[in-house]
Amino acid sequence: MTPVATGPRSRGAAGWTPWLYLAPALVVLGALLVHPVGQLGLISLLEYTQAQASGGEPTSFRGAGNYAELFADDRFRQVLLTTVGFAAACVVSTLAVGCALAVLLTRVRAVPRLALMLAALGAWATPAVTGSTVWLLLFDPDFGPVNRVLGLGDHSWTYGRYSAFLLVLLEVVWCSFPFVMVTVYAGIRAVPSEILEAAALDGASQWRIWRSVLAPVLRPILVVVTVQSIIWDFKVFTQVYVMTGGGGIAGQNLVLNVYAYQKAFAASEYGLGSAIGVVMLVILLAVTLVYLRLLRGQGEEW
Amino acid sequence: MNSTGSPRRPRQPRRLVAEASALLIAAVVAFPLYWMVLSALRPAGEIESAESRPWTLAPTLDSFRRVLGQQEFGRYFLNSLVVACAVVIASGLIAFLAATAVTRFRFRFRTTLLIMFLIAQAVPVEALTIPLFFLMRDTGQLNTLGALILPHIAFSLPFAIWMLRGFVKAVPESLEEAAQLDGASRSRFLWRILFPLVLPGLVATSVFSFISTWNDFLFAKSFIISDTSRSTLPMALLVYFEPEEPDWGGVMAASTVMTIPVLVFFVLVQRRLVSGLGGAVKE
Repeated sequence: MTPVATGPRSRGAAGWTPWLYLAPALVVLGALLVHPVGQLGLISLLEYTQAQASGGEPTSFRGAGNYAELFADDRFRQVLLTTVGFAAACVVSTLAVGCALAVLLTRVRAVPRLALMLAALGAWATPAVTGSTVWLLLFDPDFGPVNRVLGLGDHSWTYGRYSAFLLVLLEVVWCSFPFVMVTVYAGIRAVPSEILEAAALDGASQWRIWRSVLAPVLRPILVVVTVQSIIWDFKVFTQVYVMTGGGGIAGQNLVLNVYAYQKAFAASEYGLGSAIGVVMLVILLAVTLVYLRLLRGQGEEW
Repeated sequence: MNSTGSPRRPRQPRRLVAEASALLIAAVVAFPLYWMVLSALRPAGEIESAESRPWTLAPTLDSFRRVLGQQEFGRYFLNSLVVACAVVIASGLIAFLAATAVTRFRFRFRTTLLIMFLIAQAVPVEALTIPLFFLMRDTGQLNTLGALILPHIAFSLPFAIWMLRGFVKAVPESLEEAAQLDGASRSRFLWRILFPLVLPGLVATSVFSFISTWNDFLFAKSFIISDTSRSTLPMALLVYFEPEEPDWGGVMAASTVMTIPVLVFFVLVQRRLVSGLGGAVKE
């Protein structure tokens, strides 16, 4: 009966207890995550429009028909490319701003640090819908302060394709850099200060310290924030939907998520919308698998 | 100014530059929020006036009154609050149990489960709107708050479990042995000892589920289709946002009201959040 002989309970025969603890999580995830993913895959193989959804017509199996239709569609291919490019731009900008400000945080005293931290938490806490409307007001052609300060007159930022994307990108970076900044800052704080002081004494430049000392130590954290950013930015919906009014003029600002939504809920093409969802799912799972390999490579203990 | 004295002196100007830029950046980052509150407080017509200054001399609560008095705004606010709180509490408890299971026990498929939780985080929940819509329709959940609560519990679980793992791990196992020797039952240890110790981590984790639920726009838009009394704030906000002629004062007042609860929540858990994120990603 002594714990020394049997070891802590956790190491011994666990029996059913862990499964009992896991049961609620597994039930919820099974019903509302795994099951819908299966359904998504199933619907993507069906002819499923308003007629089938309302039960007026029987569903018919299309096989890869929806996918064939998608990839033959110029618009879809263009939206796919746009989404990848837009997400990449968001990820790179977010990481650059977040890391730079995390380093800046370590180099200032308490008051400026608190100010920047609070401002960042404010941006982080702002709901996507509110953030989108506020940024629209800031860049409004008639009443926005940005155009007034820059003397742009009534230049419309949402009219051009790239300037509309730039506006959305600014909002996305604004609300997502705080996560990167806070996480990387927490990571830097965990680096023993002697190492940094030694590097500084050796006359290493800021960039050199970042590249040769901090970046390697922070690698696991950087991997996490990069992967999270990719996942988040690839799925941007609210900002694009609200700021460009559902995908921009003639759909010039569509990204996959908005496109899938339009196909499914505006055009009642549930089969096609699901196929777009599956494409997104596959891309994000691929990103995650790369991430898992990186974790494994670091000898992560599970 | 600098108590450490001469060795630091050559670096003083540099630090001042760094501090000045930190303050400047803080101002830029905070500016959209400032402008939001300012626009909400401006008297009617001032937003549209040709020479608007970055301040107002006659702050008024008119926009807030217009928003709060109209469109059952209070009900939407309450709906949002109910949904967010239900999700935070339910997913917190469920995630706590699951995190305890995967950190405190060794059992078959444990690693597989952990990898599954990680993979689940990558699932684009937006893509699941279509199957979830049919699931909610077939179970009669459309136009109920349950249609918003249930999916959000599921979607916040994987990340919450992943993050709580670090907090549960941090509680020494010797504590469990001691409790065992004292004759405490397993459930007594779980709820009376482990739970209070992990609670700070649970609070930090709940930020993420609270925000993603509070902010949710897509599910609210897709699942609450005909019964507007079940709408949540993001939908209510867009009532004022007519693309052609937006009521900017109203939109900004509603935005302010919607942002404040999250802001308060964030400031309260700020410290835990920083250490929690550090712990979660460092392992």
